[in-house]
Amino acid sequence: MSGPIGKPTPYIDGVEKVRGQAMYTDDYKLPNMLYLTFLRSTESHAKIKSLDISSAKSYPGVVAVATGKDIPVSFGILPISPDETAMAVEKVRYNGEIVAAVAGKTVEAAQEAVKNIKVEYESITAFTDPHDSLEKCNLEEQIHPHTKDGKNIHKTAELRFNEPEKELETAKYKQTGFFKFAGVTHAFTEPHSTLAIWNGDKTLTVISATQVPHYLHKNLSKVLGLPLHKIQVQKPALGGGFGGKSDPFPHEMITAYMAMKTKQPVKCTFSREEVFITHHGRHPTEMSMSVSCDNSGKITALDTDIIIDGGAYGSFGVVTSYYNGVLLQGPYKIDKFGFRTRRAYTNKHQCGAMRGHGAVNPRYAVEVILDMLAQDLNMDPCDLRNKNFLPENSFTVGEFRITSNGVRDCLDTVRKKSDWDKRYGKLPYGRGLGIACGFFISGSALPIIWNRYPQTVVHAKLDFDGRIVMFSGASEIGQGSDTMLVQIAAEELGIALDYVQVEVADTKTTPVDLGSYSSRVTFMVGNAAKTASSNIRKEMAKAIGKEKNVSPDKLIFANSRIQTQDKSIDLSWEDGVEIAMAGRGAFVESGHYISPKLGGKYKGAGAGLSPSYSFGAFISEVTVNSDTGEVNVEKIWAAHDCGKALNPLAVEGQIEGSIHMGIGQALTEEMRYKNGQQMNPNFFDYRIPSSVDTPDMDISIIESNDPEGPYGAKEAGEGPIHPVLPSIGNAVYDAVGIRMMELPMTPDKVLSKLKEMS
Amino acid sequence: MKSKITKLSINGFEHIVLVNPDETLVFTLRERLNFTGTKKCCDEGTCGSCTILVDGIPVLGCLTPTVRCVGKTIITIEGISSKEDLHPVQKYLVKNGGLQCGFCTPGVVMTAIPFLDEHPNANREKIKEGLSGNLCRCTGYKKIIDAVENAGKELKV
Ligand code: FES
Ligand code: FES
Repeated sequence: MSGPIGKPTPYIDGVEKVRGQAMYTDDYKLPNMLYLTFLRSTESHAKIKSLDISSAKSYPGVVAVATGKDIPVSFGILPISPDETAMAVEKVRYNGEIVAAVAGKTVEAAQEAVKNIKVEYESITAFTDPHDSLEKCNLEEQIHPHTKDGKNIHKTAELRFNEPEKELETAKYKQTGFFKFAGVTHAFTEPHSTLAIWNGDKTLTVISATQVPHYLHKNLSKVLGLPLHKIQVQKPALGGGFGGKSDPFPHEMITAYMAMKTKQPVKCTFSREEVFITHHGRHPTEMSMSVSCDNSGKITALDTDIIIDGGAYGSFGVVTSYYNGVLLQGPYKIDKFGFRTRRAYTNKHQCGAMRGHGAVNPRYAVEVILDMLAQDLNMDPCDLRNKNFLPENSFTVGEFRITSNGVRDCLDTVRKKSDWDKRYGKLPYGRGLGIACGFFISGSALPIIWNRYPQTVVHAKLDFDGRIVMFSGASEIGQGSDTMLVQIAAEELGIALDYVQVEVADTKTTPVDLGSYSSRVTFMVGNAAKTASSNIRKEMAKAIGKEKNVSPDKLIFANSRIQTQDKSIDLSWEDGVEIAMAGRGAFVESGHYISPKLGGKYKGAGAGLSPSYSFGAFISEVTVNSDTGEVNVEKIWAAHDCGKALNPLAVEGQIEGSIHMGIGQALTEEMRYKNGQQMNPNFFDYRIPSSVDTPDMDISIIESNDPEGPYGAKEAGEGPIHPVLPSIGNAVYDAVGIRMMELPMTPDKVLSKLKEMS
Repeated sequence: MKSKITKLSINGFEHIVLVNPDETLVFTLRERLNFTGTKKCCDEGTCGSCTILVDGIPVLGCLTPTVRCVGKTIITIEGISSKEDLHPVQKYLVKNGGLQCGFCTPGVVMTAIPFLDEHPNANREKIKEGLSGNLCRCTGYKKIIDAVENAGKELKV
């Protein structure tokens, strides 16, 4: 590749970000703009007996007040569980749920007015422990009316293949573990923010910090009863998502409703506490898992039973329930395989999708158990893993199609770089090494809402100025998707990067893209962008060929020139553009991506299907202080197979960011609750790693060249988090001989395990 | 509380603003004067994204009452960025990939510049300490540290 693909490319929006010029949602201000604040529930589960907004309405500076009854239409990211309303209607289901909203001319006026709203609650038994939600309860105690058998179970996802339980009964080598994972949250730095404008032509513009403009668009239409063609959603610069901005949210519905109602622009920006309350993070999880192998170390069966604590609403929960199981089908070949996940509704903040969606916790369990089995067999844990990898071009037991697969390379690379063979098991007490692998989807093959359209469309426009503009609905959330669009167009057209600009994430002007979730953007949008820009090249070559009397395929586009091999034709880019536009003017070419037909026929076969999968292997080196119980990650060797790194700088950044987030969940992060109320909704008490906690990172990018990815690329944004946590867990075992079955492994847990041992 | 007419020197210009005695510098800058380059991530002193220089010293804008800045020199990210060339810290943050979503970035810049002034010979460990008040959720800090290290080297020559 002669262009920018594969070369470290600084982000195209980097300069404006580093100058403080990039505009995030809260940076926008409009004339007559109103500020929105909320009254939030102080109860976890209660009927709203009365709600009196009259004195808030008449408070000076207040323009409008709304309650649940004003917009009672339910919505949700998944069409199978639209169980949430913009504000509580009749009852509240968690502490912090929005009950009423005030739009005021100033923030202060709105905040003061909220204090004047009178609400009376009648408490209902609150379910804060997911185990209680699995039991029968009285009808009036049920969190949602639609759950079955008088229980508060949102979803039971279960699949089994080839009777794993039978194998596990008789297996000679078998390990069972009981694991417990605290809930963790995305903790992106930019608080949620939304600005809604009711335009003169009776259309609605919503500017929002969202990873999913398209799904927000659809849900706004449903809730507000406004036709789709009257809504525009724009995503400006966005300060981090990690899945935490991938649902349509109540505050987005309310802000839009208030703009329609007042005919004035309305803005809502959350406090940090509200960000924590809104949550949608990783589910608190309990899991029992058994894995067996034969005496050569070949895995024979896996079975697991999982309870995830979903909180008050559905969000992505049905998908999370499946992902907890189905994404264990790789990177190891396991033919006898089963899982059951039950997602409980509880009266707490709702959980949803977070980086590595659904698979991070069970991945920890599998990798720790494999370590235990290696121990039983007296086998090196790397060797055991090596024996079990799925081959390239194969199928998993649930019929996932595996194409490119660089997991062996990943393992060999980190094994060598860390000097594993010389050091594992031989470091002094208190220092240890641990290995773990990973596996993740490279984009969900199925859209969230079934339709007959492609998953993404990209338009490339050429105009008189010689500039290529890439129109894409893809949402840049810091992962570098805007830069990728530019790189691809520059590569295909042989022009310098600065000829290419983007128009993105605006549902009025850019073709539909489903959003930045499930690690789908590079694979899907990348392919569409490649087609769109190569179609521009073809059109140009056709026109130039005709004018210059040469076959179009003899024309080479490179170095911002268009030439034949012998340079008998040698045009500047601008001259080429002029010829291509003669008699027709500016033109647009389109590219799209549709994933191939994949998967089995059984119920649940669609969960986890992807056109490709990423793989990885990480080794962590830790020190454990046996006096204080502190675990320190000293170094991580990370090898991730992303197919082909279109932008190695961005890929490394994703791996390093995943390491950061993985260390946080492994060591310190935890959503702590008491009676349904969060005890730590701030960065003092919810500790994410800081710069001093950053270990040495040795990043290796493994390129397996996927046959269907653009230039061979697949995902890198989520897969790299999976191996981080278990590699730390296994390293702690190597260091001091304790198996950490509960995360985060805070000093108290480490100390009590050490005590148990002695 | 009674609002007060307040004179502030920001990025070399005088601004006359009506402020509440209890309002913070980040509020005044963002909400009253439209200096939106300074970011507000937590508003409670935990993240460093609101870092501003007051008389050359980095302070957290969300914990600093505006009225206490009267008669002092306030520099925001806009003040650092008014020149055509990027400051080496900015340049290397872009070049080395020390930013992703960019929301923590203005705060990182406003912390790293005075840090390097004070510690021109800082090694990686020292740089980590210097940045420990700036939370970043995207990068894992490695490339931020790289950028500050490279900027430090360039500033020395
Ligand atoms: S906004 Fe000031 S420290 Fe976070
Ligand atoms: S770049 Fe996103 S928080 Fe630092």
